[in-house]
Amino acid sequence: MKVVVNGEELKLQEGATLEQLLKIMNIPVKPLGLAVAVNEEVIPKSKYSECKLKEGDKVEIVNIVGGG
Amino acid sequence: MLDCERLLEEDFFEIAGRRFRSRLIIGSGKFRSFQENKEVLEASGAEIITVAVRRVNITDRSKENLLDYIDPNKYQILPNTAGCYTGEEAIKTAMLAREATGINWVKLEVIGDQKTLLPDMEETLKAARFLVKEGFVVLPYVFDDPVYAKKFEDAGCAAVMPLAAPIGSGLGMQNPYNLIFIKEAVSVPVIVDAGIGSAGDIPPVMELGVDGILTNTALAEAKDPIKMAVAMKHAVIAGRLSYLAGRMPKRTYAVPSSPLKGIPYKT
Repeated sequence: MKVVVNGEELKLQEGATLEQLLKIMNIPVKPLGLAVAVNEEVIPKSKYSECKLKEGDKVEIVNIVGGG
Repeated sequence: MLDCERLLEEDFFEIAGRRFRSRLIIGSGKFRSFQENKEVLEASGAEIITVAVRRVNITDRSKENLLDYIDPNKYQILPNTAGCYTGEEAIKTAMLAREATGINWVKLEVIGDQKTLLPDMEETLKAARFLVKEGFVVLPYVFDDPVYAKKFEDAGCAAVMPLAAPIGSGLGMQNPYNLIFIKEAVSVPVIVDAGIGSAGDIPPVMELGVDGILTNTALAEAKDPIKMAVAMKHAVIAGRLSYLAGRMPKRTYAVPSSPLKGIPYKT
């Protein structure tokens, strides 16, 4: 299936979870600095393993950077 | 000893029940490194630092985490919604920021124009009302409009942050009267945000009696950001003390400061 991660299309195994996506992308899940939204809904870190992605899901993965 | 620390011993401002003694708030954008940012923060004496939320760089995962350098237990992290052009975008960004930092404070920024980066007040107010209901401590970046400032206070914002001049312009305060009107109009803290160009721009703003100053570009683009941070630390203190001391009246004509009587050789 295809999902859109930070605006870019990505092929994933059917039924992949958010946790698996982050692992594939080599993004460590730290308690501070990371946030993920699926279809504009913020997913708490405790729910990453049970959050199953679907075809066409839009995933936003953000971190904290410098800003004024 | 009558040093500034003793004179300002009882001087603080409060946001959402938290007291701050430093009236300088700094941003964390455009520094050469996180390490430089950390050193600037320490040198400035600031207790609040803004941060931004951005997409993870998918191709370059080597990037370090800013929060590894700035301890959220020591400093109040203030995530912003910079780059948002609608209230809805700002709300979604604030939600991500809260999840990423565990902090429910937000410097709410909804820009209305790319060239001037002036805020879209209508959209900002809409987003402010929503985020206050969601339990956020909302500090909106606003135009120096006293009428709107009151609306933001009425909406439950924890402070208002009017601009001194456009973001990143370094022009210094353009309209002191509006800032005075805002300070008179609201009882929440007034933090003047954006437009400061150097430490020298700060005292005239602080002398108006506003509660604090937020600056970023003036530090990051200084030839020596650490020196500028130290200068700004003292500029904020100088301006605050000068405000508390109370200035003399302005006069059109000169008034001698030495006695007029007993001038030698005068008949």
